[in-house]
Amino acid sequence: MTLFQADNLAINFGGIKAVDGVSFDVQKGQVFTIIGPNGAGKTTVFNLISRIYDPTSGVLRFEGNDITGVPPHKIAAMGIARTFQNIELFEHATVLHNLLLGRHAHRGGNLASQLLFLPSVRKMELEHREKVEHVIDFLDLQHYRDTYIVNLPYGARKVVELARALCTEPKLLLLDEPSSGLNTEETEDMAFWIHDIRNELGITVLMVEHDMTLVNEVSDRVLALNYGRVLALGTPSEVQSHPEVVKAYLGD
Amino acid sequence: MRFFFKTDYNQDINLFRDGVDRFWYGLLIAVLLAAPFLLEDFWLGEISYVFILAIVGIGLMVLTGYTGQVSLGHAAFLGIGAYTHSVLLNLGVPFWISIPAATLLSALIGALIGRPALRLTGVYLAIATLAFAFIIEQILIRWEHVTGGFKGFPVPRPEVLGHSMVEDVPFYYITFGALVLAVLVALNLLRSPTGRAFVAIRDSEIAAQSMGVNLAAYKTLAFSISAGFTGFGGTLFAHKIGYLAPDAFNILLSIQLLLMVVVGGLGSLHGAIFGAIFVGSLPQLIAILRDYLPEGIARQPGLEPGIFGLILVFFILFEPLGIYGRWLKVKLYFSLFPLYKKATFKRQKTYTKSERNR
Ligand SMILES: Nc1ncnc2c1ncn2[C@@H]1O[C@H](COP(=O)(O)OP(=O)(O)O)[C@@H](O)[C@H]1O
Ligand SMILES: [Mg+2]
Repeated sequence: MTLFQADNLAINFGGIKAVDGVSFDVQKGQVFTIIGPNGAGKTTVFNLISRIYDPTSGVLRFEGNDITGVPPHKIAAMGIARTFQNIELFEHATVLHNLLLGRHAHRGGNLASQLLFLPSVRKMELEHREKVEHVIDFLDLQHYRDTYIVNLPYGARKVVELARALCTEPKLLLLDEPSSGLNTEETEDMAFWIHDIRNELGITVLMVEHDMTLVNEVSDRVLALNYGRVLALGTPSEVQSHPEVVKAYLGD
Repeated sequence: MRFFFKTDYNQDINLFRDGVDRFWYGLLIAVLLAAPFLLEDFWLGEISYVFILAIVGIGLMVLTGYTGQVSLGHAAFLGIGAYTHSVLLNLGVPFWISIPAATLLSALIGALIGRPALRLTGVYLAIATLAFAFIIEQILIRWEHVTGGFKGFPVPRPEVLGHSMVEDVPFYYITFGALVLAVLVALNLLRSPTGRAFVAIRDSEIAAQSMGVNLAAYKTLAFSISAGFTGFGGTLFAHKIGYLAPDAFNILLSIQLLLMVVVGGLGSLHGAIFGAIFVGSLPQLIAILRDYLPEGIARQPGLEPGIFGLILVFFILFEPLGIYGRWLKVKLYFSLFPLYKKATFKRQKTYTKSERNR
């Protein structure tokens, strides 16, 4: 079953065609990876899906619905969560606080009930807390629960960002370079987690990744981009041996 | 050193972490309740003023300290609260109704201001709020038949059984109750989804948005709630100053309010209260300082704003966490003594954050 579909997606920044007629679809339960050299337009594709940018042309479909006009703050509630290439955490807040914000799309209760902190609000908060604790256990973050992000090492921040995205209970998880900046050991952990996220939590993963070992380990499908255009689409080994891809990576 | 044993999620939600906290805050409240039996009326008046400043500080803290939006126009909200309340009192509206009415009106105007200010950040937002405050000041001057224009008007003094409610001991208790109420509401806000969304906007708009926070709606809300607190403080401020005139709510007051939250410590309610104590006692401190300064400097008309500015710059450069941050360090020093390491509070390397979305 197709969970997500990009149809002829394009966006220009001034004269640059950052994404230029990209089409692909992600099946439910897949790990779908986008690769490509720096500046290929990978992050831009994510920003289009997150609705941060409006495409110049093309259509985004999620669970069969056209989401091209949905405002960015409604994307999380539809079931799409993401991480950022350069880590965008709430730095002056604790890990717990960051993860609770992942529950924002599931919040309830109006402002008045929150200002009075009515028992219904407390009950809801406890439920959110329970969900967050599951994610903390899943990603082994117990140790950092009350630590402020500014005091966390880089590798842990990557995991917290992943955790925050999981707290939204997504159907589709977008990971922008999950292994960048991680050492070998941390990258291996990341591979296990991506594996578990798909197999245990049943979440479909769309990721951008440079580390080809990780890509081969976890991906079902790979899409190679260059200069905003699709070079190749297929299984990891098909794409890696594709002459266009080889050429792009070796630099003509 | 204290350890917190957590056995229940409620412990992170409750207002007090544990019995020790409850004891100390309880003691503080008891002392403040007993103060009228121990202190002269002059000191009660000074403390009431600090209570009022603290309410306003909480309001500005919600916007600047928690949502990350700078305002150089909060004196205007203070003015809106003060004028609305006093005008309503003059029309014969009871005290207990005109206070919430003035608070709501301030919150409403806050929302109206928040809307157009959405696209602005940092220094541009500061300039826009400054312009707004200037417009309000002009309205207070020009709308003469309501505000009394330049000359202003005396604030009515509601009485109960022939005793003024807005002086000495009764006023002390009213302002104290108002502050306790403001603190409770602010704490509730901060431990619910709305308060968390504010902090999220402060630290990363793009991440907040992708987690489902509607930036426009929440920034407007932050403005509105902040203005509500400030207007609420303004109603009591009116009684404190006793006479309303437009120049009581000028830019200098706005700067003083900003000074309060920066010096107190951005991003904490303790900071708002420490800041209020500091700003409340500043006039006395400056008066003392005047005696020690050379004649030529002491008589300069710009001395007070100059000192405010210096303090602001000093704190931003050397103690960005404000008095509250300093207090935490001192507390830690004593709890770890003699093991305190100088590097404990050294900021760790911060990792690059994207300017753009790449
Ligand atoms: N907001 C923007 N404004 C202008 N140009 C942009 C913007 N975002 C991305 N670009 C450009 O689009 C191209 C693709 O960028 P990006 O998607 O970040 O590449 P990557 O594949 O490395 O993630 C680059 O040339 C980049 O400079
Ligand atoms: Mg990128």
